[in-house]
Amino acid sequence: MNALVAVARRDLLVAVRRAGEAVTPLLFFVVVTTLVPLGLEPRPELLAEVAPGMLWVGALLAALLGLERLFAADHEDGTLEQLLLVPTPLALAVLGKVATHWLVTGLPLVLVAPLCAELLALPHAALPALVVGLLLGTPTLALLGALGAALTVSARRSALLLPLLVLPLAVPLLIFGARAVALAASGADPLGPLLLVASLGLFTLSLAPLAIAAALRIALE
Amino acid sequence: MSDGWSFTRWSAGILPAWAHRLASPPHFYALAGRLTPWFAWPAAVLMAVGLFAGLFVAPTDHQQGDAFRIIYVHVPSAWLSMSSYAIVAGAAAVGLIWRIKLAHWVAHAAAPVGASFTFLALATGSIWGKPMWGTWWVWDARLTAELVLLFLFLGYLALADAFDDPRKGDRASGVLALVGVVNLPIIKYSVDWWSTLHQPATITALGKRAITIEMLWPLLLMWLGATLFLVAVTLTRARAITLERERAQAWVGEAL
Amino acid sequence: MEIPVDLAMGRYGAYVWSSVGLTLLVLVYNAWSAYAALRDARRRLRRARADQAAR
Repeated sequence: MNALVAVARRDLLVAVRRAGEAVTPLLFFVVVTTLVPLGLEPRPELLAEVAPGMLWVGALLAALLGLERLFAADHEDGTLEQLLLVPTPLALAVLGKVATHWLVTGLPLVLVAPLCAELLALPHAALPALVVGLLLGTPTLALLGALGAALTVSARRSALLLPLLVLPLAVPLLIFGARAVALAASGADPLGPLLLVASLGLFTLSLAPLAIAAALRIALE
Repeated sequence: MSDGWSFTRWSAGILPAWAHRLASPPHFYALAGRLTPWFAWPAAVLMAVGLFAGLFVAPTDHQQGDAFRIIYVHVPSAWLSMSSYAIVAGAAAVGLIWRIKLAHWVAHAAAPVGASFTFLALATGSIWGKPMWGTWWVWDARLTAELVLLFLFLGYLALADAFDDPRKGDRASGVLALVGVVNLPIIKYSVDWWSTLHQPATITALGKRAITIEMLWPLLLMWLGATLFLVAVTLTRARAITLERERAQAWVGEAL
Repeated sequence: MEIPVDLAMGRYGAYVWSSVGLTLLVLVYNAWSAYAALRDARRRLRRARADQAAR
């Protein structure tokens, strides 16, 4: 557990000091939300119809930002190798890193989502489904993104590679998350899709750290 | 550590000698070379007969007319795209668990063919959709799932190629393939579910209705022929990769 | 057995034949490029070994 806490604490300190980097996904999310009405007719009914999907797509794309550096800095300065030597299982240390990453990039997204939903004329009835869905879904995105980052940390740099790896895996989350919001917006019960989002989260939480650890070991060989 | 029980060592221990030989690059190279014609020629014959029968012998469908004949290239492509991914994931698993680099090379060999079949499924599905539904693209469950599968293949190929050390590329893409195969049922389920929500009542899924035996047998021939084709091409590509990766070894000189 | 050969495929000739044509194209391309990869590898390695032997 020690490595998990140590890694988490260090990452939080770094994030606080480099607040600019941490804020990028958040700003991106807000910008995308602002662009949507500009690209469409700003009719409230039209915006409300596309809002569930656009909010989730925005969250997905925002989650991709900031992944490049997730493991790269530690890989460069040797911290990753140190983590291999520590008694704590690498998967747990990974969990600590991803949890911190989510706190810094994912949680603010969840908090700002109601504001963006307002910009897209989403009915207020759908706000709880949006917030809960994103609260359950952004950790999953963080884990999937971390997996992509771990697989590519020792690869040649390519801007397209990480999105190509992560986005197909995120499709089910997008489908269920957006559906929950759409159901709630039309007055129906969003519980079904929300439970599916939660299940995806649990599933990813149990398996992703192991895959991420395996990917990091490959990078360090 | 080496005295503890290890699944990898135990499972390797119970395998017969010929299985062990299979993992050795020079043996694989020779064996694959001998086997390829036995897959390639039957593949060509089966597909030629199946295609001819599908285009000219099978009775015309009353609903879709002769447009339904696209099924004879569309459905085998879709099935083969799945089989190819299974081969990639299976070979990757073998490579990662038992640390057999040849298995990774087989996966790399199967991936481009799989991507081709996936592309073909998408293209023929799209062409079929135009006369049936009036548009070039329809977000029906199967086409959408094939699209995601195409991205999985492309991601695998891109990752395998993205490392200066090819062995890292082997293992990283192997992990990705396993992650993909675990996610594939989830993706398919979610896309199926999503598509039932948005499907207009008049549209039925491509090819999903009662199919008579006269229409079915050319389809089975095409599927079988395409499968043999997949194996033949994979074996050939795997041999090429084997030569590249093993070029510094002595056995390569004899085999060339 | 009389095999009705309707090349026009009802009204759907363009669709059916473009699908078939595309399929043949992709199959032939895959077969050829696999064979070419093997042939080029052998050629290249043979040349490399000959160069090495000459030195």
